Amino acid sequence: MIESFLNVGIMVQAWPIILAGLGNTILLSLMVVPLGLGGGIMLALLSTVKHPWVRYPLMAWVDFFRAFPPLVLLIFLYAGLPFAGLELGGFACVGIAFFLNTGSYYGEVLRAGIDSVPAGQIEAARSTGLSRLQALVWVVLPQAVRNVLPDLLSNTLEVIKLTSLASVVALPELLFQARQAQSLTYNPTPIVAAAVVYFLLLWPLVRLLSTLENRAMASR
Amino acid sequence: MIEPRPIVEARGIHKHFAALHVLKGVDLLVAERELVFVIGPSGSGKSTLLRCLNRLEEPSSGSVVVDGIDLLDRRTDLNHARQRIGMVFQSFNLYPHMTALGNVTLALRKVAGKSRAEADEIGHAALARVGLADRADHRPGQLSGGQQQRVAIARSIALEPRVMLFDEPTSALDPELVGSVLGVMRSLRESGMTMVVVSHEMGFARAAADRVVFMDHGLIVEQGAPAEIFESPAHERTRAFIGQIQRH
Repeated sequence: MIESFLNVGIMVQAWPIILAGLGNTILLSLMVVPLGLGGGIMLALLSTVKHPWVRYPLMAWVDFFRAFPPLVLLIFLYAGLPFAGLELGGFACVGIAFFLNTGSYYGEVLRAGIDSVPAGQIEAARSTGLSRLQALVWVVLPQAVRNVLPDLLSNTLEVIKLTSLASVVALPELLFQARQAQSLTYNPTPIVAAAVVYFLLLWPLVRLLSTLENRAMASR
Repeated sequence: MIEPRPIVEARGIHKHFAALHVLKGVDLLVAERELVFVIGPSGSGKSTLLRCLNRLEEPSSGSVVVDGIDLLDRRTDLNHARQRIGMVFQSFNLYPHMTALGNVTLALRKVAGKSRAEADEIGHAALARVGLADRADHRPGQLSGGQQQRVAIARSIALEPRVMLFDEPTSALDPELVGSVLGVMRSLRESGMTMVVVSHEMGFARAAADRVVFMDHGLIVEQGAPAEIFESPAHERTRAFIGQIQRH
């Protein structure tokens, strides 16, 4: 058992490969989290426009991308679009897929946050001459983010885990590298190593999330 | 003597909320330096009227001209016009994530285009005027209700408005904190600020108001000098209402 799952020799051999994968997973996260957040902020700000020409297309957009499995979306972008003459490369496909998918999730979380800010806040800001957008950006959004911080963080955790999807378009992130090492060594130890690395990467965030959630419970 | 043009001219204001007809053709003219009190039972439309004066509420019909600016004209830069019309709310509506100074300087920086240093200087002066110079770095959560409302007043006066609107400014305050807010309003009045106040602070109205307007069911029933309205109202509805609030 130990020979196949916790093989020290293999571990030493695979370590540099895994480490490179970890680096790429972190880089990928640093790209897709801001992309998703940016998309989410855009969607959330648009959701405050009650005009039917904005509201219904927006609802359709968010529903569509929340119902569309991100893995299918990614493979469609990577392997489907070239048939329409559009070859985007793995990195761009991951960026677009995350912008569309996680942006919609972040958007819904932030929309709930915006809804939780009393209407009087916007009224006060508008009464001093701030435009709608200024009132949203300077007055409403900071409070909205604070109100849904645990949900935002929990969504971010999911997004970082989802970066392993990039392995299907051959981006050398943690899971991809671990599978490479596994097939080179004919041993599953690198997969176990990857799991441990994922855990070590995400555990501090999980702890932080628990702390925030407990604090939110206590202040209620 | 030629009457100067009123600084607030609201004419023929109607407001519908779906099936509800909240304002049924109200005219309100306010002269420069005048302090007008608007009283009336809840649901009489007094707050809605006040909110029409800076177009937080969109009148269904009528006209609102403040300081010569037609607020309902589509070409009017509403955000620019609103800097001349201060508003103070019942629930203060301070920004909880900013300090008192941050609350006061936000519009100075983002709308009036002042640098941070200029805005801070104006902001400190405004806080000093409401007696809170030493609270500039406090957040709203660390201030009493009366102090919060005074910060809200400072937020308005920092923009040097031509008119100030007060929407039940003391209704959310504990009785012992009302005095400090009324004190600030009195000093504003003495500095010549034009004010429209929706409130039931009868003592303050008697002492400071030039005119009291009584509203009921979306209409102005009568108006006149405070003594007139409080002592010898012409209408039965006014008399009933004044009697009711004086018993409290």
